[in-house]
Amino acid sequence: MADDQLLAALRGRDENAFRELVREYHPSLVRVARIYVPTQAAAEEVAQETWLGVLNGLDRFEGRSSLRTWIFRILTNIAKTKAVRDGRTLPFSALQDPRGVPEAAVDADRFLDPEHPRWPGHWAVKPEAWPEDALLAAETRKRLAEAIEALPATQRAVISLRDVEGWSSEEVRNALDLSETNQRVLLHRARSKVRAALEDYLNEAGT
Amino acid sequence: MSTDVEQLSCRELVELVTDYLEGALPEEERLRFEDHIARCGACKIYLEQIRQTVAALGHLPEDALTPEAERVLLDAFRGWHRR
Repeated sequence: MADDQLLAALRGRDENAFRELVREYHPSLVRVARIYVPTQAAAEEVAQETWLGVLNGLDRFEGRSSLRTWIFRILTNIAKTKAVRDGRTLPFSALQDPRGVPEAAVDADRFLDPEHPRWPGHWAVKPEAWPEDALLAAETRKRLAEAIEALPATQRAVISLRDVEGWSSEEVRNALDLSETNQRVLLHRARSKVRAALEDYLNEAGT
Repeated sequence: MSTDVEQLSCRELVELVTDYLEGALPEEERLRFEDHIARCGACKIYLEQIRQTVAALGHLPEDALTPEAERVLLDAFRGWHRR
C-alpha cells in the first residue's frame, strides 16, 4: 500500500492497516533497537513504545519524510533516550565512524606478504567455488542466521535490512541516520563475515 | 616491479568488493577492479561468493511478529481508537 493510502487508512482508525504496518516493520524495529539497548526484551519494549509514539503522532505527521523513515526516527529517539536513562554509553562513535576501528574482510593469513617478491598480497589459501545446491540447504540457512546473530548490533541491523529485507541503501541510511560511506563500511564488514562463516561451514561439510 | 604499481593485489581487492557492488568505485578504480577479476580466478570466486551470500540472505525468512506482540499492539491501537 502506498504511504498516503496507508496514512489515510490509519487516520481513519483502520485496524487492518495498522496490523499490516506492524507486521511489516516490527521485527526490523526490534533489530534496530538492539543497536542501542543490551537485551532482546529491552529492544522489544522500545519497539512497542515506538508504536505508541506512532499512534500519538499520526495526526500530526506531515509526510515530509516517508512513513517508514518517520517511524524509525521515533524508534531511534526512544531508544537513545532509554539508553541515556539507563546510564548506558551509546555506540555513537561506532555508528558515526566505523572506520575508526579497522577490520579485514578476509584473515590476513589467507594472503601472501605484501612484500612477497613474486606475488605480493596474492592469495596464499584461495577460496574454492561453492556447490550451488549447498547454498539452498536448510543447514546452510541455519548457519547464515547464526552468522548474522553473531555480528555486532550495527552491522547486524544494516545487513538484515539490506540483504534479508531488501531495503535500498538510501532507506537504510535514513532509518539508521548513517552517512553513505558508513552504511557501506558496515555492510562490507557484515557481508565479509557472513561469507567467511559460510566458507568455514561449506569447507568443513565438503571434506 | 614498477608495472605493478597500478595493479590491485588480491588482499586489496577483497576490501573493495562492497564498493564495487554498490557502484561506489570511481571509474579508474572500477576498471582496475574488473581488470584484476578478469585475470584472477581466485578473486573471481571470491566476488561470486559474496554475490551468493547476498542472494542466500535474501532467501532467509524475515523475522515474524509473535502473536503475543501483535495482540499487545492491537490492544494499544484499540485504546488509541477510542480516544
